[in-house]
Amino acid sequence: MSELALRAADVRIELSSGDAVIEGIDLQVGPGEILGLVGESGSGKTTTALSVFGYHAPGLRMTSGEISIAGEKLGDDGAFRAARGRLASYVPQNPGTALNPSLRVADAIEDMIRAERRNAEGPHRLLERVGLPGDRDFGRRFPHQLSGGQQQRVCIAASLAPDPTLVVLDEPTTGLDVVTQDRILKELLRLRDEQQVAMLYITHDLAVVAQIAGRIAVMYAGHIVEQGPAAEILRQPRHPYTRGLMAATPDHLRPRVLGAMPGIAVGVGERPPGCPFAPRCEQRKPRCEGELPQLEPTAAGGHEVRCFEWRRTPPVDWVALEVAAGGEPNGPAILEVNALCAEYRGARGSVVAVSDVSFEVAPRGCLAIVGESGSGKTTVARAIAGLHPPASGRVLLGGEVLHGSAHKRTVQQRRRIQLVFQNPAEALNPRHSVAESIARPAQVLRRLGRNETRVEVARLLEAVRLPAAAGERYPGELSGGERQRVAIARALAAEPEVLVCDEITSALDVSVQAVVLELLRELRDEFGLAVIFISHDLGVVATIAEQVLVLEGGVVCERGVAAEVLGAPQHPYTQRLLEAAPSLSAAIDGWGAANVDPLAPRP
Amino acid sequence: MSAAATGAGRLRVPLVRSVSGDWGGRIGLFLLFVLVGLAIFGPALAPHSTTAPVGIPGEGSSGSALLGLDFLGRDVLSRTLSGGRSTLLLATAATTLTYLVGLTVGLIAGYSRSITDPLLMRTVDVFLSFPALLVMLLFVTAFGGGRGVLVGATSLVLFPGVARIVRTATLEVSTKGFVEAAVARGERTDAVLRREILPNIVSPVVADLGIRFSWAIILIASVNYLGLGLKPPTTDWGLMVSENREIISSNPLALLAPAAILALLIIAVNLTGDAYVRQRNRSGDGR
Repeated sequence: MSELALRAADVRIELSSGDAVIEGIDLQVGPGEILGLVGESGSGKTTTALSVFGYHAPGLRMTSGEISIAGEKLGDDGAFRAARGRLASYVPQNPGTALNPSLRVADAIEDMIRAERRNAEGPHRLLERVGLPGDRDFGRRFPHQLSGGQQQRVCIAASLAPDPTLVVLDEPTTGLDVVTQDRILKELLRLRDEQQVAMLYITHDLAVVAQIAGRIAVMYAGHIVEQGPAAEILRQPRHPYTRGLMAATPDHLRPRVLGAMPGIAVGVGERPPGCPFAPRCEQRKPRCEGELPQLEPTAAGGHEVRCFEWRRTPPVDWVALEVAAGGEPNGPAILEVNALCAEYRGARGSVVAVSDVSFEVAPRGCLAIVGESGSGKTTVARAIAGLHPPASGRVLLGGEVLHGSAHKRTVQQRRRIQLVFQNPAEALNPRHSVAESIARPAQVLRRLGRNETRVEVARLLEAVRLPAAAGERYPGELSGGERQRVAIARALAAEPEVLVCDEITSALDVSVQAVVLELLRELRDEFGLAVIFISHDLGVVATIAEQVLVLEGGVVCERGVAAEVLGAPQHPYTQRLLEAAPSLSAAIDGWGAANVDPLAPRP
Repeated sequence: MSAAATGAGRLRVPLVRSVSGDWGGRIGLFLLFVLVGLAIFGPALAPHSTTAPVGIPGEGSSGSALLGLDFLGRDVLSRTLSGGRSTLLLATAATTLTYLVGLTVGLIAGYSRSITDPLLMRTVDVFLSFPALLVMLLFVTAFGGGRGVLVGATSLVLFPGVARIVRTATLEVSTKGFVEAAVARGERTDAVLRREILPNIVSPVVADLGIRFSWAIILIASVNYLGLGLKPPTTDWGLMVSENREIISSNPLALLAPAAILALLIIAVNLTGDAYVRQRNRSGDGR
């Protein structure tokens, strides 16, 4: 075997307080290999990725371990700094902020070439290599004139400029729509095949990693808990955390009940002395709480797991969804949208955002609105909530026609429809405590008194599975998942009959997403809530909705029962979306059966 | 409001406690405290009358008059001790009025999304285009140099800047989810502005407050310096700087003492405001 592209041995990075952010990290990436580094937010993925370059975020330092790229050892000296630029490059998570907005695309890439003085190819050839037009016109564009996918490809082109041995990609497709994501993944695979570039691909999405990575390393609380060939791990995960992640990953080809892992990830400095996953683990033994297990090999080649009890880890339950979650919708429609058209006033006249959209939802029912960004999904949600008066068409609630503007609706009408917003960071007023935020709708829309409100806030916090003490906290002190649950609690405080959820899980980790989806299912069962679920993630849609509406450019291109639309799409756009959507089960099926068939029904 | 209001304590820490979190804030607060104390109790401590001459005009420092005598032979120390009330009152009143008008105009313009916004802002721009001192002088000549006129004219000069900052901050906040949620549940516009938007634009507004307060002091002092504002024998730090310019060679202290104290006041206000913003951002971001 030739020299490794990346070798990290026993890397430990700690805070100035001495608490380890990551520890005992051993990673090896061979030439032309793609290693998927998987983990949820806070697991230490990005810290690990940046340590490859000898860079640590302020306040962090590497206290032990050794990292070498293509045989050159990382040190503090200038020699490594000089070598680093030619050996490895980095593709950051958010291409929108990674590119200098005042530099033309070709100039940005030219900078990388000049910095390394290795002008193998000009910027235009590099742009062609990532599937962008290589003509002068394109090179002269500014980043804001490109789509998100194009920006990300420019970043990848720039990273290829020094002809590196290793490219580190930090969540490069998060935030892009599935079609663009699919195209970028295919291009990365092609680049790997053509040029033998090794890649460290960081992501939280197992379905994506199954498509691209040859090997996987799973991180939890700063440790690698399992690593090995992708096919081995995903066919038979041995660590309970990996198994939990798989169970929580929705899949549009095989809709099933998502398994929500109990508890939440431990923060830096709160880690228990033993196995960090022990507090959430269903198969822990007393030993797990006092002693940290080492990575030990399982039978399969190169598959290692950090768990004493890995032999007991059961295969993933692929419990198929029976009828759609939440049971049969009952009764006549509670909300009806009729020939809705909405426009935006732009600088040059009005732009049609949505035209002629009609649908209805019954109590307990769930309708998903699917589409890429810019398809008009959010406009529909805002029109229902009375935030965007439609240009024409009607919204009916329980048979009554609603006024286009929330201000002109009755208190009861406003109470019965509630909206949960996409971005949990902005959904809550940072200057109001959690209890204040939740209390307000109950006071304004239900006219509850002081004591009733207090009782109600406590009940709602419990309903969204937050501790009572969370009421005193402020949004800035909560994680993304916690904030989103507060936002849901605030909507529920109005005792709504229709809940409009606008991409409410897109900013969340899969395990938190599973909890939120499970919560929505319970609410539908218990209170007969009708849900309009807006999403671009077909896996999530398959899990939660029984009706689907596919929007493209503000026009409905397909609608119907979820299983039928997702199983046998008729419209070419739906077909394209479904083809591009990554699926864990499809990847596993592609690898063929393992010793134990994870998809076979369990006795 | 009810149960919820009780949980609101933590971010709305009293100014004093939040500001004393760092050295800049502590120094600023201490200076403010001393200067306000001086303005309140100074007149009682004055060794001589503020209006009657006690010696030869422009006499230097001596045993009976530590800071010497001014251009009419009055005791500079006594006048400095007594001059704070007028300056502090005028500047505070002018700043308060500036913010009342500026916040109202800025919030309404930033939130309205209708013809109101350009209408208000273009009017504000017209005010901005006049030289500050010219407007002040125009007002003072037309309506006389009374305290009310000074305060009103100063606010007229200063409010456009405040309105612009408030409008920009409001525009940014009003697209956030929590504002939309409030609109969707039918909150009245004034409740949305007061509960949802105002608390989230306090940081830029307070950061700016120090500068506006300084401007108010300087503007009023300039008008006084030109002899068009407060009329002698009023004791006012700004006025003192202007009156004594003729005796700067014989008793420079008559000019330096009020000037130095004005500078200290401006520094104190800026230090306190900056510390408040720092502290607030720290507790707001949490985690």
